[in-house]
Amino acid sequence: MIDFTEEQLERYSRHILLDDVGVDGQEKLLQAKVLIVGAGGLGCPAALYLAAAGVGTIGIIDSDIVEISNLQRQIAHFTKDINVSKVDSAAEKMQAINPDITVKTYKDYLCAENITKIIEGYDFVLDGTDNFPTKFLVNDACVFLGIPFSHGGILRFNGQTMTVIPGQTACYRCSFRTPPPPDAVPSCAQAGVLGAIAGMLGTIQAAEALKYITGVGELLTNGLLTFDARTMAFRKINLKRQVKCPLCGDNPSITRLVDAEQSVCELKTDPVAA
Amino acid sequence: MTTTITADVFQDLKGVGCPMNLVKTKVAFSKMKSGQVLGLILDNGPPINNVPRSVIREGHEILSQEQLDDGTWSVLIRKA
Repeated sequence: MIDFTEEQLERYSRHILLDDVGVDGQEKLLQAKVLIVGAGGLGCPAALYLAAAGVGTIGIIDSDIVEISNLQRQIAHFTKDINVSKVDSAAEKMQAINPDITVKTYKDYLCAENITKIIEGYDFVLDGTDNFPTKFLVNDACVFLGIPFSHGGILRFNGQTMTVIPGQTACYRCSFRTPPPPDAVPSCAQAGVLGAIAGMLGTIQAAEALKYITGVGELLTNGLLTFDARTMAFRKINLKRQVKCPLCGDNPSITRLVDAEQSVCELKTDPVAA
Repeated sequence: MTTTITADVFQDLKGVGCPMNLVKTKVAFSKMKSGQVLGLILDNGPPINNVPRSVIREGHEILSQEQLDDGTWSVLIRKA
C-alpha cells in the first residue's frame, strides 16, 4: 500500500472522496502505465488530464514538431513551443501540472516494425492519431498483445470514440474492416476542425482510461459514441464482436502486423493536423 | 451500565476542515480491517455535520458521537 504524503492527499482529494475511486483507485492510478499515441488534438487534453489524475507512468509518442496551425486545438502546446518537438512540449506541461508522475517521450512514428516494442508493458493505450493506417495498426497491435485501448477520431464538427477490450469486446476491425482508400477521407489539414471538439473527444478518452484503471462503471465498449457539435447531438451506435472479424474472429486472416499503404512512416514531412 | 468501546485506530482531526477530514478518514479506513473501530475527533460545525453522514453513505456504522468539553466531537465508527 502506498503511503500518501500530505501533498498527495490534497492533490488527489477529489478522487479519494469519490466512493467508486477512493484510496484504492488513486493507488491504482499511481501504479498505472498509459501510452498516448499522438501529441495532437486528442493526445494533448488526454495527456494533461491523465497527468493531473496522477497516472504514474505516461508514455507519449509523436514524431512531429509544433507548428502554429496546431495551436488552435492542441492545447498542451503554446506559442513559445513552435518548432519544439510535440512530445517534449507536452511532457513539460504534464510535469508542470504534476511532478509526481513519470513521462516517457518517444520521438518516433509508430509503424509495424516498432509498435510492439513500444506498447508492450503499458496497461492502456489511447489512440489520438490523425490517420487511418496508424489507427488500424494500433488496433491490431493492441489486439495481438491484449492491451485495452481507446480509439478516437475527430473531423470538422464530428467526433467518434470507442473502447476496446481485446478478446472480449468488438475491436475496430469488427466494424471497419480496412482503412479507407487514401484520400477518401480528408484530413483535418484539408477539411478543418472546430478546435474545442478535440478537447471534447480527448477528455472522453481520458475518462475511459481512468475508468479502466480504477474499474469504475462501464466502459464504452461494444459501441461507437459519435457526436456532431453543430447540433451537439450525441449518439451511441451498438456494435458487436464479429466471429468473422479478420483480426479477432474465429478464423483470423490477419496474423501479423503490417503497415497499410500510405503509412506515414515514409511521409514524415507531411503536415499533420489531428 | 456503560459499554466501553475502544478504537482500534484513532485520528485527531481537530482543526482539519472539510473535505480533508473526510479524505483522512477514508485513508484511515483503507488501512483497517472490516469490523475494526475508528475513533475520530471532529470540529463542531460542518465537520460533525458532514463526516458522519458521508461515512454512513459508504456503509460504515456510527457507534457513538458525543460532544467534548472543548466543543469538539468524539466519534466512533465501525468499518463496514
